[in-house]
Amino acid sequence: MSKISLKAMKHSYLAEPGEDADWALRDIDIEWSDGGAYALLGPSGCGKTTLLNIISGLLRPTRGKVLFGDEDVTEVGPERRNIAQVFQFPVVYDTMTVYDNLAFPLRNRGFAEPDIEIRVRQTAQMLDLEERLFTKAAGLTADAKQKISLGRGLIRPDVNAILFDEPLTVIDPHLKWVLRSKLKELHRQIGSTMIYVTHDQTEALTFADQVVVMHDGTVVQSGTPIELFEAPRHTFVGHFIGSPGMNLLPCQVKNGVPYFFKNKIKTVSKSLASAKGASLQIGVRPEFIAFSEKGIPVQIVKVSDTGRYRIVETRHEDTMIKLLAMEGQEIPQGGAHIQFDPAFTRIYADGWAVGEERA
Amino acid sequence: MSQKIAHPKAWLFVLPVVLLVAFNAIIPLMTVVNYSVQETFGNNLFFWEGVRWFQDVLRSERYQASLMRQLTFTGIILLIEIPLGVAIALSMPRKGPWVSVCLVLMALPLLIPWNVVGAMWNIFSLPDIGLLGRTLNGLGFDYDYTQGPLAAWFTVILMDVWHWTSLVVLLAYAGLSSIPQPYYHAAKIDGASTWAIIRYIELPKMKRVLAIAILLRFMDSFMIYTEPFVLTGGGPGNTTTFLSIDLVKVALGQFDLGPAAAMSLIYFLIILLLSWLFYTLIMRNEQQ
Repeated sequence: MSKISLKAMKHSYLAEPGEDADWALRDIDIEWSDGGAYALLGPSGCGKTTLLNIISGLLRPTRGKVLFGDEDVTEVGPERRNIAQVFQFPVVYDTMTVYDNLAFPLRNRGFAEPDIEIRVRQTAQMLDLEERLFTKAAGLTADAKQKISLGRGLIRPDVNAILFDEPLTVIDPHLKWVLRSKLKELHRQIGSTMIYVTHDQTEALTFADQVVVMHDGTVVQSGTPIELFEAPRHTFVGHFIGSPGMNLLPCQVKNGVPYFFKNKIKTVSKSLASAKGASLQIGVRPEFIAFSEKGIPVQIVKVSDTGRYRIVETRHEDTMIKLLAMEGQEIPQGGAHIQFDPAFTRIYADGWAVGEERA
Repeated sequence: MSQKIAHPKAWLFVLPVVLLVAFNAIIPLMTVVNYSVQETFGNNLFFWEGVRWFQDVLRSERYQASLMRQLTFTGIILLIEIPLGVAIALSMPRKGPWVSVCLVLMALPLLIPWNVVGAMWNIFSLPDIGLLGRTLNGLGFDYDYTQGPLAAWFTVILMDVWHWTSLVVLLAYAGLSSIPQPYYHAAKIDGASTWAIIRYIELPKMKRVLAIAILLRFMDSFMIYTEPFVLTGGGPGNTTTFLSIDLVKVALGQFDLGPAAAMSLIYFLIILLLSWLFYTLIMRNEQQ
């Protein structure tokens, strides 16, 4: 087991990629430390699966290197990388029993039959497949088939990493929850590096210690769930994570001071001068906006109750601003004033947080 | 919703189909049935014979011999064409510019009219001027398909393999192309060997199309007429006289319409029975 690093990685499915749009992945530089639980989060088509297939060796990157520890494995095929991968849709070997399916990766690697039996039984127990060990895999439900796929990923000892490519898509919601907790628990038990690809922020935030957010073929931010929440480095992270997402408001800078219409805004962003010429936005999460005596005057448009809190939609000039009101908190009628918490208010230039751009 | 609406004239809409099926299947078949139970001496004179023709045909050594030849032929070509077709499909490229080249090459034999296939192989195999015949004789084999029964069988089978293996290849290839990419990915991750991929992924996924391939090749080869008729004419002697060739000899050569009709019906029932057997066996496996 060792850390996995991707260096100056670019990948394109085209033979002769030119402009930015031709690349499925661009400028990927990332390190996955040994034993970490990672989530790779992003919308469909942002390059998550491509990245995963490059790590497992199913795809060879157009540019850049894959390192396991200090060893360059860019040219090494998947069978020799010692990586387990579980795919979005269940893959089972139809003619085999559940037992043989689980044993397959071990048999191919020449494990002894008694060891295989022990591991198959352990894995089956983990996934609740014990009763069906000797039935044919072909006739099972999608749920059970995906459990078998998961099992084939989890059964191998000492893998460098286990990669999950949206593995719970076909599983029904209740079981999804159970399996996700189980994966988390397994991570604690076996300690392999796990990389979990998903477009569902709840899944990512509950599974992972470290969340890598991808957008449009590149990594926009990597950090703990708290970091992503409190200090989004890109507007995409701001609105993709959190529900409702971050407010993005128009911004003008006069004499080095940011304004939202006529209201001066205090932010954590420094050196606004560097952002000259870019299109500027103020980003602040609904959680960090509060009603106050003074501040930005707003009209209250709509209040929706989600149970634990209420989402208040307000308007200043033509701009909608959402904020959260906790249960029991009084909400003014008609007109009110709001204030942004300066510690969590940022200026974004062309999408990137000013003064915190990527190196 | 539970109320059924019965319209007295609704059956009129189905009438065209009924007429069509009647004209192209039921009426011709019934004519054959009609002939199979009567004796005719022309002038539309018919005499009732009951099941006599059926008894005669089933007891006739000639018929039994043709049936055996037919079964042997079909068995041999299935044993060659199915594995060969699968093997060729497996070794064809899955993507890239060569795919279409291979597919066109494969489809070519299927596009040639059957009597042309017979004529081609007739000339190709001639021991004095044909490429195949000259080559085999040059290599020291005593090869003359117009004289030796073994040579005749060899040529007929080779011709059928050449003509029809492509069909199995195309069907198997279609089955292979429909296997989703994740299966191959998973197999690679699981460390499966090439043989294991064929054994555990490709063959099981090809099962349905292979069932169709076997069924089609069985039915077509059981009814084969044109190619061997042009190539050997059923000879030398009777050695390549398959059922259909025999049938034509009886019906149009000897003009024994009664026995020929009985033969046709038995022939038809054998194909129906064997096809049904194949189909149920394969589908029963599928459900397990």
